[in-house]
Amino acid sequence: MCLRAFRGTLLVKDTRPVNLDIGTMKLPITAYASILHRISGVFLFIAIGLMIYALDSSLSSQADFDSLAGMLGSPVAKLVLWAVLAGLIYHSVAGVKHLVMDMGYGETYEGGVLGSRITFAVSAILIALAGVWVW
Amino acid sequence: MVKSVTNFGRNGLSDFLIQRITSVVLLAYFAFVAYIVLNGVTYPEWRELFSATWMRIFSVAALLSLIFHGWIGMWGVLSDYVTERLMGPKGNVLRFLLQLLFGAALFIYLIWGLQIVWG
Repeated sequence: MCLRAFRGTLLVKDTRPVNLDIGTMKLPITAYASILHRISGVFLFIAIGLMIYALDSSLSSQADFDSLAGMLGSPVAKLVLWAVLAGLIYHSVAGVKHLVMDMGYGETYEGGVLGSRITFAVSAILIALAGVWVW
Repeated sequence: MVKSVTNFGRNGLSDFLIQRITSVVLLAYFAFVAYIVLNGVTYPEWRELFSATWMRIFSVAALLSLIFHGWIGMWGVLSDYVTERLMGPKGNVLRFLLQLLFGAALFIYLIWGLQIVWG
């Protein structure tokens, strides 16, 4: 961030080459926790449409409520529901990790690694429980 | 010096704070709805819950949080990957168009949601 601010003060166009091929790097667990937070966020952006649709049906009438409940009985719908819940769970847990770090806990590299491990473990457990609930 | 015109607040610090506040509202809303659904709910109970004034207010708070949170989140992703550095000058045009598209989607979510909870 400092670098970006510094570059902004330069009058000449910055033409230094950038060599950052992420594909060739071995990423730490914190990087996976971060990218998954982003992927789940983009996924939820689309999934929220399904959630609003479901809310709409569930509140329209008794018949729509029943047909939504019936639709959620199909294997494909269960899979979609589980995927949406998994996205919500991971995004939430990783979000809480952010809030904890904002409060000053686990800001060291070791703290970040531990926080990422906890995030993955807690998410895995909750996603498994969500799967049990769905099926 | 203007570095960005598409972020949500006036500056990054403001976006940072809005992103966190909206995240807490959304987490509280989803946790509450999950709690209700997990306990099992019939249509009349569900209908009654959503017609309560406090629940309507809670739902609108969640909807507004959703559009702010979604805008800032997508801006963060777009401004990292759909950029001039990675795609050349067309990256800037594409990023702007995508941000507009996501903004339009969020606007539809907002109107649709308002119609459901307060229609």
